[in-house]
Amino acid sequence: MEAAVFIVSAVIVLSGAFGVLLARNPVHAALFLVQSVFGVAVLFLLLDATFLAAVQVIVYAGAIVILFLFVIMLLGVDRAENLDVEPIAGQRPLAVLIGAGILGTTLSALLVAVGGPTGAPAANSPLGDAGDNTRRLGEALFTDHVFAVELTALLLTVAVVGAVVLVRRLAGPLQPLPVVAVASEPEDEPEDTEEAPDEEAGA
Amino acid sequence: MEVTVAWYLTLGAVLFTLGAVGLLVRRNPLVMFMCVELMLNAVNLTFVSLGDDLGDLGGQVSVFFVLVVAAAEVVVGLGIIVAIMRRRAGATADDLSVLRG
Repeated sequence: MEAAVFIVSAVIVLSGAFGVLLARNPVHAALFLVQSVFGVAVLFLLLDATFLAAVQVIVYAGAIVILFLFVIMLLGVDRAENLDVEPIAGQRPLAVLIGAGILGTTLSALLVAVGGPTGAPAANSPLGDAGDNTRRLGEALFTDHVFAVELTALLLTVAVVGAVVLVRRLAGPLQPLPVVAVASEPEDEPEDTEEAPDEEAGA
Repeated sequence: MEVTVAWYLTLGAVLFTLGAVGLLVRRNPLVMFMCVELMLNAVNLTFVSLGDDLGDLGGQVSVFFVLVVAAAEVVVGLGIIVAIMRRRAGATADDLSVLRG
C-alpha cells in the first residue's frame, strides 16, 4: 500500500517537473508546478509530516504559484514560447551533461548518507508520530529555534519592503492629487466634503 | 514492498536534477524561477525523508525555514522581474547579459 502511494505520487511529481521543463506557455508551467508540489505534499503525508504537508499546499500552491500567475498576467507574457530555437549553440546538450553530473553526485552523496553520519537516533528533538507532529514542531520552533524564527520575521519584512521599493515608479517629484473626480461629484454633496480634498491638493 | 529512505532520496535527486536542467535550458525568467522552486522542493523532500529515517525533527524544522526563505525569494525575485519587464517587455535571460537596465 505504501509502495503504491509512493509510486503514484512519484509519477505525479516527476511528470509535473517535466511539464515545467517542457511547457511552452508559462501559465501551463505554473500549473504543472502545482501538480508537482501537490505530489510532494502527499509524500510528506506518507512521511508523517502532516503540518508540512498542509503548509506545502497552502504556501506553494496557494501563495507562490498564485504570485507567479499574477506576475504572468500583469506582464502579459502568457504567450507560447518557441522552444525549437536554441540561441546559444550547444546549450541543451551541455545542460543535459551537467544534469547527468548533478544527478550522479547528488545520488551517490545521498545514498551514502543513508543512516546518517553516525547512524544514531536523534537525542535532542525526537520525531513523534503523525498525531502530535504539529505540537512537536511548534515546540521545537519556539524553544530551540526561537532566534531563527525571529530572524525569519525580519527576513519577511525585508522582502516585503524590498518588493515595494523594486516595483514602485518614481517619475519626478510627487504630483498633487487630482481634483477632477471631486469636481464631477453631484451638487447635492455637503459643502465640507467638497472642500477638504481641494485644500489637501493645494497644500 | 517496503519503501525505504533510499527511494525518497532517489526521487529527490531526480527532481533536483530536473529543476537544475530546467534552470539551464529555459530562457523565460519566470519559468527559470519555477525550476528553482522545483529544486527547493527536492531539497525539502530530502530533508523530511532523512529526518524521518533518523527519527529527528530537525529535518522538518529545516524545511520550515526553507519554505519561508523560498517565499521571500519569490517575492523579491518577481519584483526584480517586474521591474525589468517594465523597461524591456518580453526580455529573456539572454537579453539581460549586460546589466545596464
